[in-house]
Amino acid sequence: MAGVPMSWRDLRRFTPARVALGRAGNGLPTAAHLQFQAAHAAARDAVHARLDVPALQAALRALGHDPLFVRSACPDRRTYLLRPDLGRRLAEPDRAALRSVAPPDLALVICDGLSATAIDRHAAPLVAALDLPDAPIVIAEQGRVALGDDIGEALGAEAVAVLIGERPGLSAPDSLGVYLTWQPRRGRTDAERNCISNIRPEGLPIAQAAAKLRWLLGAMRLLRCTGVALKDEQPLPAPRTPLRLGEQP
Amino acid sequence: MALADVPLARFLAEPVVPYEADEVTRLILDGHDEAAFAPIASLTIGELRNWLLAAEPAALAAVRAGITPEMVAGVSKIMRLQDLVAVAAKCRVVTRFRDTIGLPGRLSVRLQPNHPTDDAQGIAASVLDGLLLGAGDAVIGINPATDSLESTHRLLTMLDAVRERYAIPTQTCVLAHVTTTLRCIERGAPVDLVFQSIGGTEAANRSFGVDLALLAEAHAAARSLGRGENLMYFETGQGSALSAEAHHGVDQQTIEARAYAVARAFSPLLVNSVVGFIGPEYLHDGKQITRAGLEDHFCGKLLGLPMGVDVCYTNHAEADQDDMDALLTLLGVAGVTFVMGVPGADDVMLSYQSTSFHDALYLRGALGLRPAPEFEAWLERMGIGAASERLPAALSPALIGLG
Repeated sequence: MAGVPMSWRDLRRFTPARVALGRAGNGLPTAAHLQFQAAHAAARDAVHARLDVPALQAALRALGHDPLFVRSACPDRRTYLLRPDLGRRLAEPDRAALRSVAPPDLALVICDGLSATAIDRHAAPLVAALDLPDAPIVIAEQGRVALGDDIGEALGAEAVAVLIGERPGLSAPDSLGVYLTWQPRRGRTDAERNCISNIRPEGLPIAQAAAKLRWLLGAMRLLRCTGVALKDEQPLPAPRTPLRLGEQP
Repeated sequence: MALADVPLARFLAEPVVPYEADEVTRLILDGHDEAAFAPIASLTIGELRNWLLAAEPAALAAVRAGITPEMVAGVSKIMRLQDLVAVAAKCRVVTRFRDTIGLPGRLSVRLQPNHPTDDAQGIAASVLDGLLLGAGDAVIGINPATDSLESTHRLLTMLDAVRERYAIPTQTCVLAHVTTTLRCIERGAPVDLVFQSIGGTEAANRSFGVDLALLAEAHAAARSLGRGENLMYFETGQGSALSAEAHHGVDQQTIEARAYAVARAFSPLLVNSVVGFIGPEYLHDGKQITRAGLEDHFCGKLLGLPMGVDVCYTNHAEADQDDMDALLTLLGVAGVTFVMGVPGADDVMLSYQSTSFHDALYLRGALGLRPAPEFEAWLERMGIGAASERLPAALSPALIGLG
């Protein structure tokens, strides 16, 4: 492309963002406007999708894990959306199941969150890439990030990594996040966690996310903490597009 | 006793969060200016509403240091939307960095060029798209996908280079945690604005990993760079204290107004209520988001802040583009300082819908509002504005690493 003047529309090849949509006066042209409305309807559907627990259990067993299953205190999706406090708490009858496990160094919690679609697609591949055969896995339905604190405390785990479906966006209904918490206890705040976000093939690919989490796990064990005190200082992976601007720090 | 009958003086005598337990309460009460309070000292909440509706702009500005967030939140609860619009429209708050924000008849836009993996070219493409649609006079500000030191430093360097290549009279910001930005300043990164999310209680701020001393340290570090006058960019939002169980039993809107007391202690360039981001458990639908957005804007303006609003919603809230159009238009009439500009209203990193570059053009067009004067002159110099596929020569994509 060198030497060829670019047009506005050429910006589209650099980003998945909705750039170069054109203009109808100050508004959006009709096609772009209608595409947006359709994407919004699809994202609304993803929010209300249900986690396919048997399929996830089967995929994890195929990887050599024996996952436990718990629910949050939310009986249904509507309660989940309106009562985050209940989504952070274990359903009492399910607490006992967690006492059967020996207190682990690290527990993995796989949680539907706001996108069961993300868990259906990416949770098992991420577990495979992480290759943590000794970490017990708990599948949790209708759960928030902080449900991992309750689960981790019940297990007596030294740390918990919560794999959770992130809120669907218009362009990404299947984005997965990981929240790492040292010494999970009920009442931990988000400032006490480290987060890896936007895990999906078009965002942060599974292999890179696994590498990032392994780095964080190592740093966490060294510093014996997570959160704002544990800065992600690992060298950047090679950028997907060449940097031609400014200096590399 | 009905809220309308509560004397304002009682808010000083009975703090909603105990003085001993909370440094935000101490900030509010220790900084209270009795002389500025005098004109309204004998009023009740109900009488304050009448006073605000009748007051001249100069009287509203004079009372800022004497009115507390709890009084402002209290009176907002008995105001209709038109009251919130009418009083806010009389409040003038002007701030400066490389351009002047908040002048009468002006509407600024934060250009929000987020990218799912912080890719430099992807961000540059969104920046150029926004500039071509007249956005970016409030700030060009990225929410980074990860809060790492290396990545934040790289983005700061990249945004500063874009601003310099195009000679844009605006400021840049990477919305990383304040401790990350402090480390970047130590490493010599080009930091214009220091960003932080804040809340209205000491415990809420702790949940964000900050306290007043840390914010003061960051403010001092930014001042030491000598790059501008108003140096801080704060974001807030109703419900954050409640979600961190840091609200002391106080309603989310009063706690939100208390966050503005934290903000005004540091003379920010911009304050932004990210009103619809929190989700339906706090603001259920378009009607609640609309009400909250106008409350936040009114409370912030009355307390003397350069108040912008992220007119937005998530996909698990009962809201859509029609709700956003209504709130955006109401805020424009209320004289909102700035709104967000996101390509096509779809933030592909944070996964929510905000206002688009087009939405800001609509609002400027419908209400006869213009960009910040320095930025407006730059748009004219660059030949930006025509709805043409051809890019102005001065904005060659090659200059910012695209091609």
